[in-house]
Amino acid sequence: MSDLKSCPTVEPDEFVDKTLKNYPPKVAKKRRAHMLVRQESEENQNINANARSVPGIITQRGCCYAGCKGVVIGPYGDMVHITHGPIGCGFYSWLTRRNLFKPGEDGKNYSTYCFSTDMEEHDIIFGGEKKLKQAIYEAYETFKPNAISVHATCPIGLIGDDVQAVAREAEAELGVKVLAFNCEGYKGVSQSAGHHIANNKLFSEVVGTCDQPIEGYSVNILGEYNIGGDAWEIERILKKCGIRVGAPFSGDGKFEEMTSAHMASLNLVMCYRSINYLADMMETRFGIPWAKVNFIGVSAMSKSLRKIARFFEDPELTSKVEQVIQEEEERVYKELAPYKERLQGKTAMLFVGGSRAHHYQDLLKDLGLTPVAAGYEFAHRDDYEGSQIVSDIKLDADSRNIEELKVTPHPEKYRPRLSPEKQKQLEEEKVLKHYHGMIPDMPSGTLVIDDISHAELERLILDLRPDIVLSGIKDKYVIEKFGIPSKQIHNYDYSGPFSGYEGAINFAREIDMMIHNPAWKFMASPFEKKPLLTAELGVDK
Amino acid sequence: MRKVAIYGKGGIGKSTTTQNTVAGLVELGKRVMVVGCDPKADSTRLLLGGLSQQTVLDTLREEGEDVELDDVRLGGYGNSLCVESGGPEPGVGCAGRGIITSINLLEQLGAYEEDESLDYVFYDVLGDVVCGGFAMPIREGKAQEIYIVVSGEMMAMYAANNICKGIRKFSEAGGVRLGGLICNSRAVDNEEEMIKAFAEKLGSQMIYFVPRDNDVQRAEINRKTVIEHFPESTQADHYRNLARAIDTNEMFVVPKPMETDELEQILLDYGILETA
Repeated sequence: MSDLKSCPTVEPDEFVDKTLKNYPPKVAKKRRAHMLVRQESEENQNINANARSVPGIITQRGCCYAGCKGVVIGPYGDMVHITHGPIGCGFYSWLTRRNLFKPGEDGKNYSTYCFSTDMEEHDIIFGGEKKLKQAIYEAYETFKPNAISVHATCPIGLIGDDVQAVAREAEAELGVKVLAFNCEGYKGVSQSAGHHIANNKLFSEVVGTCDQPIEGYSVNILGEYNIGGDAWEIERILKKCGIRVGAPFSGDGKFEEMTSAHMASLNLVMCYRSINYLADMMETRFGIPWAKVNFIGVSAMSKSLRKIARFFEDPELTSKVEQVIQEEEERVYKELAPYKERLQGKTAMLFVGGSRAHHYQDLLKDLGLTPVAAGYEFAHRDDYEGSQIVSDIKLDADSRNIEELKVTPHPEKYRPRLSPEKQKQLEEEKVLKHYHGMIPDMPSGTLVIDDISHAELERLILDLRPDIVLSGIKDKYVIEKFGIPSKQIHNYDYSGPFSGYEGAINFAREIDMMIHNPAWKFMASPFEKKPLLTAELGVDK
Repeated sequence: MRKVAIYGKGGIGKSTTTQNTVAGLVELGKRVMVVGCDPKADSTRLLLGGLSQQTVLDTLREEGEDVELDDVRLGGYGNSLCVESGGPEPGVGCAGRGIITSINLLEQLGAYEEDESLDYVFYDVLGDVVCGGFAMPIREGKAQEIYIVVSGEMMAMYAANNICKGIRKFSEAGGVRLGGLICNSRAVDNEEEMIKAFAEKLGSQMIYFVPRDNDVQRAEINRKTVIEHFPESTQADHYRNLARAIDTNEMFVVPKPMETDELEQILLDYGILETA
């Protein structure tokens, strides 16, 4: 890699101007609003986000169905998830996110299956409701799952199959929960719409339907998808501290746990983007407060544990947490030392997700890497600028198209966990109800680019020459063709966990291997460096 | 072979006009196939003497891939050939997609091949052009000439104007042309003059004025065309004339659809002012 790597001194403002010059004026104007050069001296820097991608630009984004089935609902392993649509939607979303699942005592595990109604041309013409109902019945009779979900794909929305009515009917007849999602792919501007639709249904039909008490210091983990086993490492640490996980949303999740989730003391929000709706609605309806946490990175993990301890404010728990932090940190820093030595001073870019591009910056910093550019693919402005700006976001037509539930406190089940004074204090301390966003954590001179295009990413790579790019499958191999390793942060390629203390070691080992892989030295073909044939012109003789 | 599509506002009398015209054409010794493009599958009832029981889409669904042309094509009055596309019941599925599938299947089965020696194919299409599927007969050259059934009622003219917009759009890609307006009289004041003026504004012609006559209703209740049921009647002659007018028609244009206020002006000029 050393052959290709120069020492870039890039003026970020110039970079933005230069990149935008390649676009037609209208596109340049649109894209400029999605780019920002970080200035720490400037407070409240804004960026545009959650807007339509420009046609013709290669974006990383997915669709509403991907957000609903692929991200939020899919990880529930004791449920059967039926994709209602032509076979491709189900097949190509099958097991792509590596959200691992361990069955509970009932042994039910359908996470490796792919269920689809396989809508064919004549089903589209005559309507697919009967076929869907039959699919639900077959799935139930064959597998007896703890619940069933139905996910509508684009053509279903066009032909108007009433998936909600079919689900209601099947639920009444079979006596098993059937959740139907109108998450047709074309809805919204990205997969973000699907997250919201999934949140709405879990809130209105699942959470709070059973009142099983949860003993001890209990938390739910929201927006943690157990990629490569992340949730298990987090659970190990929490358990060690004496904190009990009530329900995970949704990594390694089981249907029944969700039904009593409102009985826990605190909601911990990991991926703010995909699940803040549920956290907010649960607080209004059941009085359960939420705290933003980040379990990616050693210091972030410890900071999040201290946040939880601050909430419960119990000397015994606090000292246990401190003890665990000390123990784990001591061990993990020792193991990280050799990697840190090799990774010190390397640079990274992160273009992924709606929270991960922020979460992984903490871990990179632990390892001595500097993030030089970052952005989300489907986040909203509050993920960049902080949750305090939510009320300033102007809802456009695309967002209005997704239902916003009106939530009121539950007449019997609303139970505030804290005194109004303490609630207020913790909110002021930004322990509760606050996410500070990505921008404040980025140093001056770095670039923030929302919904990055391949063209912009290629320019960034050529000009900034990062040592690694954390991204997704759509750009991984494009990046690697530039001789720069790319780590998938949606599915971790083939490894994990990367969360917590143990995960930091896995991640360090992996990116150390990737960055120092001797293969990159061979990126340039021998004939590009030195001619293999020499010849002389006959006339010279 | 001439490929003709009949469009017009819902309830204007497209199916009745089409079938009577076809009856007139077969009397002239023409070999004609009628393709009903309405999910209700009632476009060939008068030629068949009853509703077709074998629509293309039903047959396709029941028989799977093993469909023969004779499974879906029935012989009707005067050796006319009748096909019903069929489709879903109201409120489910996608009827437009059904029409696309059905016409494609007919092509695959060779319904349009030279050895069928057809003189005419008539497409009788549901209502207004509501979505891509219903525009199928005028896309990709499936139909080359269009006749719009219209009356002097405002909404019928409004629909006709909209259909002209569709024809103009597809005329570039598929070479489809407007052959004229067929006025199916509703006994509106000044109807004939008004539709003539309307057709002229569109750059086309009123190819025939079919007067209102209750013989049509009487023939229909007997599941027959007027030509078959009352061969000696004046109304039967009107349909024969229409068939001849179409057979000898040489005026095929890309229509010039009007703006709404222009259209309203025609109504004011010819109709409403005088009756008010």
